[in-house]
Amino acid sequence: MRQLLDRLSHLFPILDAHEQRDDLSFITVSPGHVRALLHHLREHEGCNHLVLLTAVDWLEDGQFQLTYLLHDRPRARDIGLRCFIDRGHATMESIHDMWPAAATYQRELKEMFGIDFPGSPRLNEPFILEGWVEIPPYRRDFDTKAFSERTFNHRPGRITHDPALHMKQKLYPDEA
Amino acid sequence: MKQELEKRLVKGPDGVEFEVEPLRDYYCEARPSVHAPAYGKIIEDLFNWARAESLWILGFGTGCGAIEMRPLMTPRFDAYRYGVQWRPTPRQSNLFIISGYLSVKTLKRVIRSYEQMQNPKYVVGLGSCTINGGMYWDSYNTIKRLDDYLPVDLYIAGCMPRPEALLAGFLELKKLIRAGKGEGANKYAQNFDWYKANQKKVIHDWDMPDYNW
Repeated sequence: MRQLLDRLSHLFPILDAHEQRDDLSFITVSPGHVRALLHHLREHEGCNHLVLLTAVDWLEDGQFQLTYLLHDRPRARDIGLRCFIDRGHATMESIHDMWPAAATYQRELKEMFGIDFPGSPRLNEPFILEGWVEIPPYRRDFDTKAFSERTFNHRPGRITHDPALHMKQKLYPDEA
Repeated sequence: MKQELEKRLVKGPDGVEFEVEPLRDYYCEARPSVHAPAYGKIIEDLFNWARAESLWILGFGTGCGAIEMRPLMTPRFDAYRYGVQWRPTPRQSNLFIISGYLSVKTLKRVIRSYEQMQNPKYVVGLGSCTINGGMYWDSYNTIKRLDDYLPVDLYIAGCMPRPEALLAGFLELKKLIRAGKGEGANKYAQNFDWYKANQKKVIHDWDMPDYNW
């Protein structure tokens, strides 16, 4: 795994490399190099299985983190490729031509995070949600509780019994 | 609007072209109407007894609670001995069990299925999610109160209720029906506008007729 990371660092401008386990590493590159690196890993390093493509919303930094996880079956190792894209202008190159299954992940990311992948097939069709009118629900500035209170009627009479608070009141009544 | 619901020209097998407007042609436009008891009390009691002994459930699992209905179909719990059985289509069933959380997307299918069921029909809400949202009380995509959208005859509380609780629920529902209180379909017809307004408040892409008969 270390040798692989060394080889890659000679070929690509790698911003950060992190060896999590003997069989799992994460590499951070700039968005422009993702496609080339994915292609290199697939064609020359045997990582030909796309396990998943997912996103994390770093609201405070104004960034989305995309993670492409690749699996190398003969050597039983995984390589995660990370890149950060701008949250305000969330657009990323599509990889549906390299792995057709990626189109489904990209459709999901478009619906749940609002990340655009120009050229990806059926990108704007509803994936899970139907008739969604708010901002994408996985974005962290979407307040799911406020939305649910606004949209769905509340049945009165619901009370919370927090076990920790209950025991505190029972055992240490003067502190609670 | 989905493509298959749009007005279009169709060429029949005999070569004749004709116009199809699915939302008008495939559905009945009449509103549901209230069916008042037609006979005297003694006859209606007999009818209600017969209705209570024929609970045919629509086999539509909307959420995780559907898993609790499977043991009921097997010899261990054997709901069939109470005159309860599962049917594959709405037209053949008269009891709709909303099994657990109901997402807005599923609610649309549930409304369509419920309206296709024949009168008299009953709705049972299964699990806490149908009562007050349960563990999905702050979810953006699941409804919190089932009785806003459908006339519910009975709730079975729990997360999840065991098959025994469902059997107890069936017996309780039978008592309600025999007492002439299983009037959900009439309630739905009476408050049709209110139910439709609630349904349309959460289903934003309403692409079906108001009454899916």
